[in-house]
Amino acid sequence: MSAAAIDLEREPEDVERTSYLRAGYSLRSWFFTTDHKRIAILYLVSITFFFAIGGVAAALIRLDLLTPAPDLLSNDGYNRAFSLHGIIMVWFFLIPSIPNTFGNFLVPLMIGARDLAFPRLNLLSWYIYIFAGLLTLAVVLGGGVDTGWTFYTPLTTMYANGMVVLAVAAVFISGFSTILTGLNFIVTIHKLRAPGLTWSRLPLFIWSHYAVSLIFVLATPVLALTLLLLLAERVFGIGVFDPSLGGDPLLFQHLFWFYSHPAVYIMVLPALGVMSELITSAAHKQIFGYWFVAYASIAIAVIGFLVWGHHMFVAGQSLYASTVFSFLSLAVAVPSAIKVFNWTATLYKGDIDISAPLLFAMGFIVLFVAGGLTGLMLAMLAIDVHVHDTYFVVAHFHYIMVGGTVTAFFGALHYWWPKITGRMYNEMLARIAAITILVGFNLTFFPQFMLGYEGMPRRYHVYPQAFQVLQVLSSAGAGLLAVGYLMPLFYLLWSLFRGARAPANPWGATGLEWTTSSPPPKHNFTEQPVVVRGPYHYPLKHPSSRDHG
Amino acid sequence: MSPALPRLLLVWLALLLLLAATLGAAFLPLGPAKPWIGYSIAAAKAGLVLWFFMDMRREGGLMRLATGAALLWIAFLLCLVAADYLTRSRPAGAGEPGATNAGEPL
Amino acid sequence: MAEQRELHEPFHQPERQAEADRLGMLVFLGSEAMLFGGIFAAALALRFLHPQEFVSASSHMKLWHGTLNTAVLLTSSLMAAIAVEAARSGRRRSAGRALWGAVASALVFLAVKAHEYWLEYREGVIPGLPNAHFTSGFEQLFMNLYFAATGLHALHLVVGMVLLGIAAINRRAREDRRAVLIGNVALYWHLVDLVWIFLYPTIYLAGAGE
Repeated sequence: MSAAAIDLEREPEDVERTSYLRAGYSLRSWFFTTDHKRIAILYLVSITFFFAIGGVAAALIRLDLLTPAPDLLSNDGYNRAFSLHGIIMVWFFLIPSIPNTFGNFLVPLMIGARDLAFPRLNLLSWYIYIFAGLLTLAVVLGGGVDTGWTFYTPLTTMYANGMVVLAVAAVFISGFSTILTGLNFIVTIHKLRAPGLTWSRLPLFIWSHYAVSLIFVLATPVLALTLLLLLAERVFGIGVFDPSLGGDPLLFQHLFWFYSHPAVYIMVLPALGVMSELITSAAHKQIFGYWFVAYASIAIAVIGFLVWGHHMFVAGQSLYASTVFSFLSLAVAVPSAIKVFNWTATLYKGDIDISAPLLFAMGFIVLFVAGGLTGLMLAMLAIDVHVHDTYFVVAHFHYIMVGGTVTAFFGALHYWWPKITGRMYNEMLARIAAITILVGFNLTFFPQFMLGYEGMPRRYHVYPQAFQVLQVLSSAGAGLLAVGYLMPLFYLLWSLFRGARAPANPWGATGLEWTTSSPPPKHNFTEQPVVVRGPYHYPLKHPSSRDHG
Repeated sequence: MSPALPRLLLVWLALLLLLAATLGAAFLPLGPAKPWIGYSIAAAKAGLVLWFFMDMRREGGLMRLATGAALLWIAFLLCLVAADYLTRSRPAGAGEPGATNAGEPL
Repeated sequence: MAEQRELHEPFHQPERQAEADRLGMLVFLGSEAMLFGGIFAAALALRFLHPQEFVSASSHMKLWHGTLNTAVLLTSSLMAAIAVEAARSGRRRSAGRALWGAVASALVFLAVKAHEYWLEYREGVIPGLPNAHFTSGFEQLFMNLYFAATGLHALHLVVGMVLLGIAAINRRAREDRRAVLIGNVALYWHLVDLVWIFLYPTIYLAGAGE
């Protein structure tokens, strides 16, 4: 072995086995870490913080909507509230949520590597994200923006007061964090797989994160360019979106949605990856149709780039282009549906263990299907022209992003909590939280489908008296949902101090991450794993503990 | 002199010739074909740079796939944006009532 | 013989690390290509919206400056490719000289560009300046697009130039028979060239000969 190669055998035994959490306690060891597991925790704490801020904005919105009159917030204040809610939730919570916490933590573990391909770049990604987040906080403290998270021109370029430039700059900067993460994942998955780990043996979580990384790298730069043009238009009046100089406001929408539609697949693909892991683990069964699910991830990533015009059906886009986008938007539902069918088939005749992660997964399936079906409705031109810009759209995307992604995030949090922290949480409280979230979510957002269908416009806080009942139900649901989201904060943190010590494999699951200790040692494995089987080789010969405290 | 140098120089010469060709073609009365010719020659230049200078000639499938993917995605962006702008209809006449969006393209 | 770069976590083999570095650079270039793709999409939209004005505005561009600069960048790409070949064959000094040649070409490009901008300033076609006057609103928009596109390109060119310089100075990079650093810097440089190859017909040739 060449002297330059890293020799695992030569590392001291105790360093090899020491948990990554104990490998240094100083601030420096955390804020200058290159350990992907520690970076994942840095992200976890950060996104929780931004989730809370976005949640406060949501609370303001739901409180204001309790009455038809604009009594809590002024018109401008309401605009700023939903803009803040959207900007923070999309870029500072949802997009990094699963990939930068669970992706960062698990990708090297699942492929049997010691770290990501570019550990320092990984840390840089976090710092860029934090810098952008701080700028956004400055925007919030400075009064925010009233433009919506979509920054449409000419409002943003000509008329909006407020801290548009800083907000746009913050989002622009956050994009680099995303691009670097995607680059890191792609190279890691290509070049750092353990011996024997062929593409056909990769966990579906990895396939999903590979697909999402494609979107990270190919879509985000277009957002960057669009925001630069937006800034140039606002500051210098270059005219690219201004008809009086020959520009086109719809060009902004084309460029914006070229990124922002794939962005919603950024938000959902990792969640779909989580689901494959939760379902196979709970059912103790091989996934049904491995290649269908794997290729479906890639298909979602690719087709997801071809549908953006469905956000512009009534904006002035040509009818012919709209028809093409409508067709492609229907097509993109197919791979998602394939996944749902395959998970269902996986559960069928499985040896199912009811657990909190499974409850979250079940909730996900119900809510994702509802969101997906309503997405199909929106993809149809004839329906969309009536419900565009109504609460129907708001409900649809919250079913996917909150009912889907956030539920999957919590499922992942519970499932991998023992691995990340080495502790077991209280199972009863977790199940109660899962059900509270499911009930609270439906109470919040189902009435919104009805509101939208009845004609309640989005981004309005003044509405006809007749809508109040549904609005009150929705706000009540939001309160319940908040309780559901707060519960894990308490019992998970509690488990850090008083939870039972987790075994290496509390769920009896397959996957390389379960073959190492909980929590893993600093370099993930004490010996280089070699893979000889597919990823879901149930039933396990030695399932270790199926006892989850 | 390394064996690779003559090849690189030949490619460079070809690139300069293509540049001359595209410049010359711009002065010919080619009508609507002009931009097609210009961008085709640009694509040829790009192909030479990619194949010989960026060594796609000797790279494995993964690198070529990555390069191809980038090109494909740019095509996605340009083609679907074009799909809108090329099929927008102009109003049939000044303020003509009843003119719909399903009118004549461009 | 110090022939390879430092091995760093999590790699065990230098070959793998080199492959990963090159793939990483290529993926990054893919993202850069998409960035400029957005500018081309904007140009495409504007050209379809206002075909005659686009051609007319383009005809006022300094065709010879643009053409010369295209030739300069093609030559600089040649230099970068030569540098990579030289490094791979172990000819460190040739590699260094070729890299400096690429840097020199980049400087020539910037000089020509600066002269072009200066002429445009004198003609009063730089939007926003007090002496700016345009025959039409679209001409102003076209000039804005031109400055935005060439400005963004020039920014990347300067970054590339700095990278070329770093590679030229770095002794270990030139001694690396796998030419990892030089190879990756050269890839970046070729992207700068590729973007210009398409900017040239977009901005300069649309109105040439009109």
